[in-house]
Amino acid sequence: MTALVGAAAAEIDGGSSSSATGVAPRHPSARGSRRRYALTVLAFMLPSAIPLVLFVLGPMVAAAWISLTEWNLLSPAKWVGLDNYATLLTDPATGDVFLHTVYYIVGYLPLVYVGGLAIALALNTALRGRTLLRGIYFLPVITSWIVVALVWRWLLNPSNGVVNTVLGFFGIEGPGWWSDPAWAMPSIILASAWKDLGFVMVILLAGLQAIDPGLVDAARVDGAGWWRRLFSITLPLLSPATFFVVVISLINGFQVFDQVYAMTGGGPGGATQVVVQQIYDLTFRYGKAGEASALSWLLFIVILAVTVVQIRGQRKWVNYG
Amino acid sequence: MAETTLRATGPRTVAARTVAARTAAARAAMGRSVLLHTVMVIGALVMFFPFYWTLVTSLSPGSGLGSTPSLLPADPGFDAYVQLFQQVPFARVVGNSMLLAVVTTLVQLFTSATAAYAFSRLPFPGRTVVFGVYLATMMIPLQVLVVPLFAELKAFGLVDTYLGALLPTFAAAFGIFLLRQAMNQVPIELDEAAALDGAGHFRIFWTVILPNIRPALATLAVFAFMGSWNSFLWPLVVLRSPELQTLPVALAGLQGQFTTQWDIVMAGSVISILPMLAIYLFAQKYVIQGVANAGLK
Repeated sequence: MTALVGAAAAEIDGGSSSSATGVAPRHPSARGSRRRYALTVLAFMLPSAIPLVLFVLGPMVAAAWISLTEWNLLSPAKWVGLDNYATLLTDPATGDVFLHTVYYIVGYLPLVYVGGLAIALALNTALRGRTLLRGIYFLPVITSWIVVALVWRWLLNPSNGVVNTVLGFFGIEGPGWWSDPAWAMPSIILASAWKDLGFVMVILLAGLQAIDPGLVDAARVDGAGWWRRLFSITLPLLSPATFFVVVISLINGFQVFDQVYAMTGGGPGGATQVVVQQIYDLTFRYGKAGEASALSWLLFIVILAVTVVQIRGQRKWVNYG
Repeated sequence: MAETTLRATGPRTVAARTVAARTAAARAAMGRSVLLHTVMVIGALVMFFPFYWTLVTSLSPGSGLGSTPSLLPADPGFDAYVQLFQQVPFARVVGNSMLLAVVTTLVQLFTSATAAYAFSRLPFPGRTVVFGVYLATMMIPLQVLVVPLFAELKAFGLVDTYLGALLPTFAAAFGIFLLRQAMNQVPIELDEAAALDGAGHFRIFWTVILPNIRPALATLAVFAFMGSWNSFLWPLVVLRSPELQTLPVALAGLQGQFTTQWDIVMAGSVISILPMLAIYLFAQKYVIQGVANAGLK
């Protein structure tokens, strides 16, 4: 779902005004017909407007209110003003969960971007079986995060997982992966990169295919080598797709949860406790719904700020031809 | 060329040299191509291996109890699948996921198509603002909504019901955005021709617009189904009783229940992957196109 957030951001930013199209109402002068038109608009809008107001916008506002209360989901909420925010901002655990989340993003993003780019570049050449290869690389994208987490927990099983078995075959003693505080986050990053590689690859491949091959050929004729063409022609022209991948990855990265929940549950020893895992635990384990709402608002503000900074900054490096 | 070769030996050697250079270049290009193919195939095998391993483990009874299954199961069997259905109400769990995914898909197709039609064809005051608000809802992470949504549905008495799991999925800005883009591509002349024949907006919507955006509808259907089938956080929170659980939630729970029985966990994973795989094989074009378009716009 968040895949489209970036699309939306790009759309808003691009200032595309395609929403101006439309058929003018017929016979706008007749009063009854104008009322009928209004009813028609309502008939088309309400099926989506009602759920969005009731289950997205309403709860969004409610979350702001809940964040100002002390509440365990059962007894009546008690108004505490900004106490929850004060508690969060002074609690070192808050810094830790954001730090772990950033650690995840910093490990994950370069991995999926460079990997996805390499595959996309290869698939953009005259390759036999391109469709089949693309299909296989994309396959993990359709798999649920829970399955991905379980499968990788099994692959990276410290005692008899296949990865450590293979490493042992070469005489290397594999690490404890998700059971070792130092290796738990890399395990999650590895599993996540495997799942999302195909997604990034398809977006970059579409971007590559939109590049005029004449430009690359011209650079070749001028004697530019492969790396030079990559850095001087391809990557600058690919920057809109790169921008999209970065925006989406950061939004998704800050919300990382499913795979953490299923692979480590935030452990071992809190080494992979990310922001959303903390929100979940605060609400459903410690009965601190108010503090959880405050934390989710902090997360939302951070995501919004990061996204806005990127949209502002894109003029410096994104090339919209 | 024939002339030059006749005239002297000099040009001939140059020609021979260029031919040699050309074959060497061709050979190098060929070598690079073989190398690239090899690397890509090995990469694809590595990417595919976790799926293969999931299947092998699920067919190797007793896996994980201190042993690593071999690459080819020595004694393959369906014991893990049998146990899965005996120890957990797994048929029920699969049914739950299927029911939620089908209803979510149908309802989202309806709510997205109607809203998209309004945003594409029915100008009304404040439409741009409303569209902006719709798009902004995509920015709101589900995590922010979980607590108040849970409280709200609790107040409605809908916690631990199918309806409670379904309601928040009924409208998604993603689908509205996608279908509006598609509808904007449909020439307005088609609407006008139908309007001349006396068709109202409902007829135009049904007989002109919808048939013309079938690929976008297919893309949305696949994504809506996938989103619901794979969703975790909200079903985890709202569906509390075991017989209402969905596949991802039940799978996550299996892990705690049978810490070391990886054959059973992998059997559940295989069952979870299969329906998406079937849809993917049939609708690969729409899935990949959907993702690719998202990046291009």
